[in-house]
Amino acid sequence: MESLISELMVRPAIESLKKWAKQLRVDVLMMLNKAKSGHTGGSLSAADIVTALYFYKMRHDPKNPKWEDRDRFILSKGHAAPIQYAALARCRYFSPRELLTLRRLGSILQGHPDMKCTPGIEVCTGSLGQGLSMANGMALALRLDRRSSRVYALLGDGEVEEGQVWEAAMSAAHYKLDNLCAIVDFNGFQIDGAVTDVMNIEPLSEKWKAFGWHVLMIDGHDMEQIMKALDDAENIKGRPTMIIARTVKGKGVSIFEGKYQYHGIPPSDEELKKSLEELGVSADGWPERVAL
Amino acid sequence: MTKPIATRDVYGETLAALGESNKDIVVLDADLSGSTKTSVFAKKFPERFFNMGVSEADMMGTAAGLATGGKIPFASTFAIFASGRAWEQVRQSIAYPKLNVKIVATHGGITVGEDGASHQAVEDIALMRVIPNMTVIVPCDGVETKSVIYEIVKYHGPVYVRVARGKFPVILPEDYKFTIGKGVVVRDGKDAAIIANGLMVSHALEAAAMLEKEGLDIRIINMSTIKPIDRNLIVKAAQETGVIIIAEEHSIIGGLGEAVAGVVAEEFPVPVKRVGIQDRFGQSGLAEELLVHYGLMPKDIAEAVRKAIKKK
Ligand SMILES: Cc1ncc(C[n+]2csc(CCOP(=O)(O)OP(=O)(O)O)c2C)c(N)n1
Repeated sequence: MESLISELMVRPAIESLKKWAKQLRVDVLMMLNKAKSGHTGGSLSAADIVTALYFYKMRHDPKNPKWEDRDRFILSKGHAAPIQYAALARCRYFSPRELLTLRRLGSILQGHPDMKCTPGIEVCTGSLGQGLSMANGMALALRLDRRSSRVYALLGDGEVEEGQVWEAAMSAAHYKLDNLCAIVDFNGFQIDGAVTDVMNIEPLSEKWKAFGWHVLMIDGHDMEQIMKALDDAENIKGRPTMIIARTVKGKGVSIFEGKYQYHGIPPSDEELKKSLEELGVSADGWPERVAL
Repeated sequence: MTKPIATRDVYGETLAALGESNKDIVVLDADLSGSTKTSVFAKKFPERFFNMGVSEADMMGTAAGLATGGKIPFASTFAIFASGRAWEQVRQSIAYPKLNVKIVATHGGITVGEDGASHQAVEDIALMRVIPNMTVIVPCDGVETKSVIYEIVKYHGPVYVRVARGKFPVILPEDYKFTIGKGVVVRDGKDAAIIANGLMVSHALEAAAMLEKEGLDIRIINMSTIKPIDRNLIVKAAQETGVIIIAEEHSIIGGLGEAVAGVVAEEFPVPVKRVGIQDRFGQSGLAEELLVHYGLMPKDIAEAVRKAIKKK
C-alpha cells in the first residue's frame, strides 16, 4: 500500500523531470549552436543530474537568488555552464532570451560561471579542481550559522585528476560535512581522450571511501536513481556523500554520445538539425517557448 | 604580408621537428594537447610524451624531475594554468634550482575570446617575470616562434614562452633569427618609440602607418624577451626619440610596460605611456571585439603616442 502511494506520487514527478531534462538538452544544443563555441559533451552528460537538482531536490527561490536558506549548487566543472544556464533560465532566474547571448561580449552568461554576472550562480568556476574547496567553505559557513541548507557540487571525472580535489576530499571528511553532497559526472572522457588512457582515476569509489566519504554509485541518466541518491545522501550523518554517477558524454544525441572530440565543439547547423530531429522537437519559438 | 598564422601551431610543428634530431626532448601536457599542439609531437614520439591529465602542478614537478635526469622537458598548458595554477611549483621545483625546463604556455591574453576571464591570462608575464632565474619570452609571429623554440633548446635553464590561440599576421622575414635578451627594431623612426611584443607588434606597425600620415616618424621595437630585457636598446630609443610607448596584451601591471618603464626611469628618464589591460579581468567575447573593448587596437596605440609626444 505504502509503495503504491509513493509510486502514485513519484511517477508523475519523474515523467515531468524527464521532460525538463530533455528541454535543457535542447536549450544546450540551441545555445551552443548560436554561440558557435562552447562545451557540448559535458553539458549533455550532466543534464539529468542538473535537472534533478533544480527541479526536484534543491530548496531555492528564483525570485530571491540570495535567499539565505537556499541550497547551494556549485558547478565545479565550469565548462558545462550551458546546462546550468538552461536550468536557471527555465526556473526563471532570468529570461530564457538571455540564452541567445551566451559567450557574447557583455552577456550575463559568460563562457564559464561568474557569480558577479548571473543570478543563481554561487561562485566563479572554470579553472578545474577548485569547486569542492569552495563548497566545503560554504558548508562550514552554513553549519556555523546553524542553517539547514545543503551544498551540492558537480565535478567531472577528468577534473578529479586535480590534486586540490583530494585536498578538499580530505577536508570535507575531516570536518564531517554531512551537509555536503558531491557528484562526479563519470562520463569516461576528458579532452584528450578516455580518462583511463589519459590519466587513470580508478578505483574511484574506493578512493572516496578511503578518504572518509559515504559513496553511492548510480546510473546518472536514470532519474529515479538520481532522486533516490540525492534523498539518501540527506540521511547520512557525520560525513559527506559522494554520488558517482555513470554517464555518457554527449548523452541524448547519438552524434555526440561517447565522442570526446565533441568536448569543446558546438553543434553545427547540420548537427543541430539532426539532433532536434532525433529528440523529436522543433526549434520554433525558442528560447521563449518550451520546445516540448 | 603572408597569411596570418597561430603561434601555437608553429610551436607544435617546431617541437615535433626538433624531437627528430634531439632525443633528449620530452614533452608534458595537462589534457590540452590538441589545443596546445603538443599532440603533433605526441603522435610522432609517443614514448617521449607524457599526458599528466588535468594536473598542472604535478606536471611542473614531473618536468623538474625529468630535467634532473638530463632531459629537456617542454611543459605545456594554457597560460593561466601554467603560470597561475602551478606558480609555486614553477618557482620552487624549476626556477630555484635553475632546471632546464621549457614552459610553453598557449592561449595567452584576452584573444582567447569566448571562454572568458577564467581562461584569459592577463597576469602570466608578471607572475613569471618576478621569479629569479626565469627567462620570459613572447614571440610576435609564427616566424619568431619557430626561432624561439630552436634557441631555447640551446639555452640551459628555465624559460617561459607565451604563445597565442588566435592567428597573428606574419611580420618578420623568413630568415629572421631570434636571440634571447635582444630586442629588434622592426621600423626605424625618430619622433617616438613603441616597444611592443606579441600581437601588439603588428598593431604598433599599423599605428605607425596612421601616424606617418600625420607627419610622425615612429620607431617600433619588437621586445620579445621581457626578461632579461634589452636595456641598451631601450636606453638608445629613449635618447634618440625622447618618448616611449609600450604596448602589450597583458595587464599594465608587472608586464613589459613596467619592465621598460623601470629601465627608462633608472637610465634615461623620458615620458612613458603604457598601453595594456587597465588592471581588469577579461571576459567572454570574440577576440577582435575584446581587443577593441580593452583598447588594444592600432588606433588606441596611435592615440597613446599622440598623448605621450605632447609631454616631450
Ligand atoms: C585547471 C584547469 N586545467 C585545464 C582546463 C581545461 N579543461 C577544460 S575541460 C577539461 C577536461 C575536463 O574533463 P572532465 O572533468 O571529465 O569534464 P567533462 O568530460 O565532464 O566535460 C580541461 C582539461 C581547465 N578548465 N582548468
